[in-house]
Amino acid sequence: MKNNLILAGGKIVDPATGYFGPAAVYLENGQIAKIEKRPKEKPSGKNVLKLDGMIICPGLIDMHVHLREPGREDEETVLSGAEAAAAGGFTAIACMPNTDPAIDNAETVEYINERASLAPVKVYPIGAVTVGRKGENLTEMMEMAACGAVAFSDDGSGVQNNDLMRRALEYARSCDVPVISHCEYSDLAAEGVMNESFVSTRLGMKGIPSVAEELMAARDIMLAQYTGGIIHIAHVSTAGTVDLIRKAKKAGIRVTAEATPHHFTLTDDLIESFDTNLKVNPPLRTKKDVDAVKKGLKDGTIDAIASDHAPHSPEEKELEFDYAPFGAIGLETALGLVITELIDPGLLSWIEAVKCLSLAPATILNVPGGKLEAGAPADITVIDPKLEWMVNPDEFKSLSRNTPFRGRKLTGRAVMTIVNGNVVYSMM
Amino acid sequence: MAKKSTEKIMTEDSIDQAVTRIARQIVERNDGVDNVVIIGIRTRGAFLAERLRKTLEDISGNDLPVGIMDITFYRDDIQDKLDHPVVQKTEILFDIVDKIVVLVDDVLYTGRTVRAALDAIIDFGRPGAIQLAVLVDRGHRELPISADYAGKSVSTSAAERVEVHLKEHDGADEVIIDRSGRGGV
Amino acid sequence: MSLSIRHLLGLEGVSADDISMILDTAVSFKEVLSRKIPKVPTLRGITIVNLFYEPSTRTRISFELAEKRLSADTVNFSASGSSVSKGESLKDTVWNIEAMKIDMIVIRHGASGAPHYLTTCCQSTVINAGDGAHEHPTQGLLDMYTIREKYGRLEGLKVVIVGDIKHSRVARSNIWGLLTMGAQVSVCGPPTLLPVEMEKFGVRVFDDLDEALAGADVVNILRVQKERQKAGLLPSMREYSRYYGITKNKLKLLNDNFTIMHPGPMNRGVEISSEVAEGPYSVILPQVTNGVAVRMAVLYLLSGGKGKVYEE
Repeated sequence: MKNNLILAGGKIVDPATGYFGPAAVYLENGQIAKIEKRPKEKPSGKNVLKLDGMIICPGLIDMHVHLREPGREDEETVLSGAEAAAAGGFTAIACMPNTDPAIDNAETVEYINERASLAPVKVYPIGAVTVGRKGENLTEMMEMAACGAVAFSDDGSGVQNNDLMRRALEYARSCDVPVISHCEYSDLAAEGVMNESFVSTRLGMKGIPSVAEELMAARDIMLAQYTGGIIHIAHVSTAGTVDLIRKAKKAGIRVTAEATPHHFTLTDDLIESFDTNLKVNPPLRTKKDVDAVKKGLKDGTIDAIASDHAPHSPEEKELEFDYAPFGAIGLETALGLVITELIDPGLLSWIEAVKCLSLAPATILNVPGGKLEAGAPADITVIDPKLEWMVNPDEFKSLSRNTPFRGRKLTGRAVMTIVNGNVVYSMM
Repeated sequence: MAKKSTEKIMTEDSIDQAVTRIARQIVERNDGVDNVVIIGIRTRGAFLAERLRKTLEDISGNDLPVGIMDITFYRDDIQDKLDHPVVQKTEILFDIVDKIVVLVDDVLYTGRTVRAALDAIIDFGRPGAIQLAVLVDRGHRELPISADYAGKSVSTSAAERVEVHLKEHDGADEVIIDRSGRGGV
Repeated sequence: MSLSIRHLLGLEGVSADDISMILDTAVSFKEVLSRKIPKVPTLRGITIVNLFYEPSTRTRISFELAEKRLSADTVNFSASGSSVSKGESLKDTVWNIEAMKIDMIVIRHGASGAPHYLTTCCQSTVINAGDGAHEHPTQGLLDMYTIREKYGRLEGLKVVIVGDIKHSRVARSNIWGLLTMGAQVSVCGPPTLLPVEMEKFGVRVFDDLDEALAGADVVNILRVQKERQKAGLLPSMREYSRYYGITKNKLKLLNDNFTIMHPGPMNRGVEISSEVAEGPYSVILPQVTNGVAVRMAVLYLLSGGKGKVYEE
């Protein structure tokens, strides 16, 4: 827990400059004091951390996390979620407002800030778009933004009313923060529990068609263009949505997007096991969609990778598939999945992947981070890119265990997480 | 001086004679065969039942009804078996109420098969009487059951195996004792 | 001889050998049902729980009769008035039932996959009596038994399933079983009642009834519920009946010696006319009789295997 540290012997990945090579990183007083690229001599001294073979990144930021405080502290608290984040290599997380009560006013934002002040990583609250996330009346966004809300979202469900979404984009624009859209028209989703495809036909389950997502994504893009608002599309799951965002970006519309590790690794056919940990929203789609999401990450159509960490208790998940709630936890598996499924197969470079996990979310949410430069906060993630491990949720810091990746072998994980110069997690 | 591992105890001729003798005894005991029906237990009991019918027709001029019974559903060891015996159809296309049922099987051993068959017959109606005819009685009964008609009685040890072969099913008529130690019927 | 499956959760993936063994065994049980005392002691000492989370009269009675005719002890548990309404989870319910020492569970449930889920949290043999719109394997088997009884085979026969395919577990089990046994299967219904990518089953898909019926041997007619109209999937029952109802004049499109089936309960005058339901080609009542024999065969073949094997 030394404030002044020298990280030596590793390679740094700096998406801001595109540099991926040997460097020594000097941390002083909670800030990055100096980056010495290709150091001639190895620094020495008591406060030197030897990181040979390790990769040093700007602290990873997960811009889409569900903490269950207030309301379901048995499933996750701000503190437990932050500890899970630290163990997963994240130095900052943004938490969604679908708590009980919802984060839909300045007092609740302040409550989260207060809880976050004790947490090992930075926690940025996201405020609700509508009061109680009911999709009826706009929240007091200006006041929430002034208290530190970094974005607005009714995540968990989409804003169904078109006019209300238009007003939300207009209003949030004045706070200069994005509206994060969970794209799904609930009438088209029609109480579905999984992707509508041959798999849902075969299993006799109600399906959520991809068009339920795509239609709302198209609406949001058009409304963003019309209002000049800032739209961010959460957890892109379909090839059609990737396509819409790609075209919008080409047309110069201000839109950003994120994808989750489960949407670039898992497909709907796995649900024949009826494992409720595979029940997520948006649902797991087909291989074609998974490939399109990967392609979107590669060509920059999708800016960020976020876990959509959604904790649920065993009582809620150990049920018939139809009755279990949507959601899977992801803070402690996201980085391993990015390395194993995207970097190691050569789909993304380290620079591209780390950008998706740090610089891009920092830019979208307009928060510090994502850069290895003098004067920046000393938020650093140290990764062992070769470390092989098996996902065992029983060892998770998260209070919940609902991961679809139990037993999966992964390569690469965070071995040290540093926030403001303090080591908040270390396996070394 | 090892004992030969198999011994033929009945030949085609002696099986023929046994069937004929049993047929005569049935006629004698029941004062004719007017009220008699025959039911054979699958698999070889069914073939013996058919032979008995033919012989009885030759002797008495009466063509008796013959039924075939599969006793699988009545066995007392079904739930213990990992493999279920193949179930074949039971065909008893006549009324057995108040009839004299001659139940036919190849070998009488523990008596459990006959016990199962008795239960099965009762489910078809209440017969006047049930009599048991077997080709070989090898002893070692585990239930209070005895044959009314036996082609041959032999004393065996539990380790020995008695195998009845019939032309209809096995290509030859013979009864063999196998002493190789595999046990069973 | 034994089945290669431990539970009967569906007909998807069940081998032709297993299906044949069940159908062959059912022939023997049908004979038992014709006896003066239509009961055998085969499953004496076996306890079977009928766990019904959905209202069902026919299937429950059919299973119960099959169990009783095999001399099993049976317990019925239905959702209404039970602990389910107190909010107990399926897992807890089954743990409690299993603690009372039982051998087999027959489950009917509104959620697809519930029987599958049950096998992950209990030791008993599980038989699916219908789960959501997923499968109803014993119905599929009894339909196949009934067809085979009439034609002596399943291979090469052309079977058309007409109606609400989307919500039908009967359709899915029939499709898997019939395809495995070498029949040709078509489905037909209004587009809103045909689920997406249906053709990937390996069936032909029609929304025109006349085209579907042309040259078919067997027509299996599914019940269409009035709720489908309320849900906006059908404009009216009248239009459904006019375009998808099986009436006498449709029968001339079929092959000679054709067969009409219906898993019941029927909506006479909607999906089937009374005249068709009662015609000499209708096997709707034999289906019901065969249901008991087929369920006896399934229960018999999935029981046992618990101890040592005695010499005969």
